Amino acid sequence: MLDGSARAKPDLPASVGVGYKPQHLNDILNNAGPVAWLEIHAENYMGDGGPQLAQLRHLAERFPISCHGVGLSIGSEGPLDADHLARLKKLTGWLNPASFSEHLAWSTHDTGFLNDLLPVPYDQATLNKVVDHVDQVQEVLGRQMLLENPSTYVQFAQSDMSETDFLQEVVNRTGCGMLLDVNNVFVSATNQNYHPKEYLDAFPTDHVGEIHLGGHEEDHDETGAPLLIDAHNNPVVDPVWALYDYALSLTGPTATLIEWDNDVPEWSVLRDEANRAHTSLSHVTAHG
Amino acid sequence: MADQTAFTQALLNPDMPVPEGVVQPDGTPADKRFNVYRNNVVTSLIGAMGDAFPVIKQLVGEQFFDAVAGHYVRLHPPTSPLMMFYGAGFADFLTGFEPAQQLPYLPDMARLEHGRRTAYHAADDPVTGPDALSQIAPERLGDLRFKLHASVQIITSDHPIFSIWRFNATEDRSPIEPRAEDVLISRPLHEVQMTLLPQGGAAFLNALQSGKTLQDAAEIATNAEPGFDLGQNIGGMLTAQLISQIQEQ
Repeated sequence: MLDGSARAKPDLPASVGVGYKPQHLNDILNNAGPVAWLEIHAENYMGDGGPQLAQLRHLAERFPISCHGVGLSIGSEGPLDADHLARLKKLTGWLNPASFSEHLAWSTHDTGFLNDLLPVPYDQATLNKVVDHVDQVQEVLGRQMLLENPSTYVQFAQSDMSETDFLQEVVNRTGCGMLLDVNNVFVSATNQNYHPKEYLDAFPTDHVGEIHLGGHEEDHDETGAPLLIDAHNNPVVDPVWALYDYALSLTGPTATLIEWDNDVPEWSVLRDEANRAHTSLSHVTAHG
Repeated sequence: MADQTAFTQALLNPDMPVPEGVVQPDGTPADKRFNVYRNNVVTSLIGAMGDAFPVIKQLVGEQFFDAVAGHYVRLHPPTSPLMMFYGAGFADFLTGFEPAQQLPYLPDMARLEHGRRTAYHAADDPVTGPDALSQIAPERLGDLRFKLHASVQIITSDHPIFSIWRFNATEDRSPIEPRAEDVLISRPLHEVQMTLLPQGGAAFLNALQSGKTLQDAAEIATNAEPGFDLGQNIGGMLTAQLISQIQEQ
């Protein structure tokens, strides 16, 4: 567990950021609009050199950077990949990002990497494992990390606690912060048949260092029940914007990311999404 | 209980049932819901292969590419989270993949495309300018060894892979002659460069890269290709800024 001195909220401004895509470089430099910080996927910046790293060094001089890992597999049954953790330490070492975050999920099994965020059961054995892994990450990186709530499609018969109780326990035992993905809340709540506001009421909202907003796809399962898929390839839908406003009423003003990873649109579309989040955030500031 | 071994096996084998204990909200097996993960994994990996091998995808068409890549990703899922390097084994896989035998140059094209990516992400070694050798006395040139730039990749082929690549990846419509082509890939600064190597050029650069002296490398290249032209090859090496460091004995 981190000591209290390292437990402060990450130093991301309580404003809007976007997931950085190289095709937007010039637009961001010339017309960032309300975008005040950028998020990168850590794994894309683990090469030895080249233009991508040069771009990141350049951007990091102008914007606070949130470093978001997608490959650490914190939910693995087995040990964390020490080589990968060392690569993260190297990256966060030179970049000194405003925040480092990862997912409550697994993606690596033995030596194979499955390039997806796979679900974990919510039971004591998994909790102990996740706590150990978060402790290890924070110790190796020498900083607090934020843990992101997943979007899920299935449940595990062995689960014996709620997702929010599970996350609350991880926060209590490791001192990590939370990355609250509001779209994931909406997707999981729809798929798992619970109320998203009740989920947020039970969420460790005092520990949220960052919020994610993104788009999803709609499908149905074999019973005809709605099945939402977290695809990051669409605009944020209205019910998620409404849920975002509700989340902000619980967290207060919080750094908010527009996440759009697939079928990436032109900059103006992304900036419009950022403007909408900016409006919601400024209302919280005004009334909060 | 669904452990991650069973989960992984079922993910990569669509014929296997959903792992025991993976359920929907009503407690029944989550068939279609589990398929979301199956689909995410395979689709994202096929997408990564398409990003890595755009010219192969163009050569064989999207449908065939996705089918080939689908076989590959199930047999050879990534071994590391660094997706930028995924597909290193694709060339060898294609060599043994029966439906791809009609296009015998595909494995070499896979090596070339993977080489471009490797060069793109290689370390930012220092580069020396075109006059790097001008200060060195002619009689000492033969004993020099070079550390080539970390991005340097040499792809040899019995097929015209340079011409095929250029025809498919650029606006250049130069004809494709039926001949063997060796390609130099490098990234001295920010952009990946590709050069068609002259006779013996591949042997020469491979020898230099392995630490041979200039004189020994020239000998190896001449033995490999009697038409090897040392002056032309040194000139090409200087123009392409391949030398990161000169080591004088």
